[in-house]
Amino acid sequence: MSELILEVQHLSKTFGKNEVLKDIDFSVRKGDVTSIIGASGSGKSTLLRCINMLEIPTSGTILYHGEDINKMKGGAPAYRTHVGMVFQSFNLFNNMTVLKNCMIGQQSVLKKSKAEAKELALFYLEKVGMAPYVNAKPKQLSGGQKQRAAIARALAMKPDILLFDEPTSALDPEMVGEVLSVMRDLANTGMTMLVVTHEMAFAKDVSNHVVYMNNGVICEEGSPQEIFENPQKQETIDFLTRFRK
Amino acid sequence: MDIFSKLGSDIVKLWSDYGSQYMHGAFKTIELAVLATAVGCLIGLICGILQTIPCSKTDNPIKRVIVGIIRVILRIYVEVFRGTPMILQAVFVYFAIPYFLDGANLEVNTAAFLVVSINTGAYMAETVRGGIISIDVGQTEGAKAIGMNHFKTMVHVILPQTMRNIMPQIGNNLIINIKDTSIMFIIGFTELFAVHKAVSGATYLYFPSAAIEMALYLVITVVCSLILRAIERKMDGPENFDVEATGARTDAGGMHIYRKSSKREVR
Repeated sequence: MSELILEVQHLSKTFGKNEVLKDIDFSVRKGDVTSIIGASGSGKSTLLRCINMLEIPTSGTILYHGEDINKMKGGAPAYRTHVGMVFQSFNLFNNMTVLKNCMIGQQSVLKKSKAEAKELALFYLEKVGMAPYVNAKPKQLSGGQKQRAAIARALAMKPDILLFDEPTSALDPEMVGEVLSVMRDLANTGMTMLVVTHEMAFAKDVSNHVVYMNNGVICEEGSPQEIFENPQKQETIDFLTRFRK
Repeated sequence: MDIFSKLGSDIVKLWSDYGSQYMHGAFKTIELAVLATAVGCLIGLICGILQTIPCSKTDNPIKRVIVGIIRVILRIYVEVFRGTPMILQAVFVYFAIPYFLDGANLEVNTAAFLVVSINTGAYMAETVRGGIISIDVGQTEGAKAIGMNHFKTMVHVILPQTMRNIMPQIGNNLIINIKDTSIMFIIGFTELFAVHKAVSGATYLYFPSAAIEMALYLVITVVCSLILRAIERKMDGPENFDVEATGARTDAGGMHIYRKSSKREVR
């Protein structure tokens, strides 16, 4: 077993009276590609946002390499440099070119020199096939291109683990493939990934661990074979049947 | 038609006698308006950064108290300087120093600059706040997700976009300042309007002098408008971008084909 990167313990989150997450427990090991699946509103995205401290959990703890993320030196900004995030709506910085988007974090947060930052940014942009578009502004790109650039931006920070919040849900169908292809290649390089997705083929083929969430709880988790071929819970079976239709 | 030729000759006469004074006044007006608007913008941006410091109930009490105090101070600043006439603020500031410090004096230029800057800053603080609110929350989340703190997020991501969006309002403030600096004559600041008062007082040519001033103010404001529009276009950047030489993975037009099989093919 490789080392634990993330441990989520008894995590709960309520918005007003709405209980979105109830006593969530799970962990991510180095090199894991974990897919979180489940119906809309089941709390998948909220869980991911709690892990990146974009939402503050109502109760429970999240450990990063055994350390409580709320008590880390440097606070949330320092923690987030280790935990990359790719958003459904890309969130590329509109005032910067693609290249600058991938450099600014390295320069302003990691204090790298311009030359170093540029080299690494170009390396990852090349990897995601965005090298020709380094001078483009986000508004000049297609959705798929934006998302690939956003992945490169996250990678350029050299994170320990990369979180994906429904990375293909805002894309036109013909662009889903190019983003999934990049994510698949990334998984093959051994990157630790936690992916909230509606792409069952991706969850099945690429990830080594699948978590099915329903109504704010982890209903069932296991290997893709276990979840997709031999689901134990009735909710899981119903969900997967709905998806196959 | 006689009256128009008389007006023409009056204007020519005024210009030949006092042209340099008008020009000097115009220069002082532009100088004060541009400097004070720039400093006002800076004040507005700083207020914008301070006003949007995130603070929730879960933060520690000391931070919450400090953030609360900052917000109250900013609120008072905005309300006081937006809610009182600038002409009165000028008098108030100009005479405050000699009143409290016997013998000390505030220079007229300094007083005028201070008052217009602080006044503009109060308006700009609200403009910047509006500009910040209008930026998609995803931009902030994107910045946070790569480890930026509030200050870095503001400086690198939010404020550059805010600046572009509030440029029309900054233009408004500049134009307003060009005209409204005329009230600084109250503390003896010799800008364009003060020249009119002096010249018309000496020559009794009230209307011809006013006509010259109208034309001068209009020229200044129109030129400023044109410059501001040019700056906006410059901020928008080019419509197109250069495509860089293609890399190994981009020979197929930069698009990737999603393969159903999980086995990697040899390319």
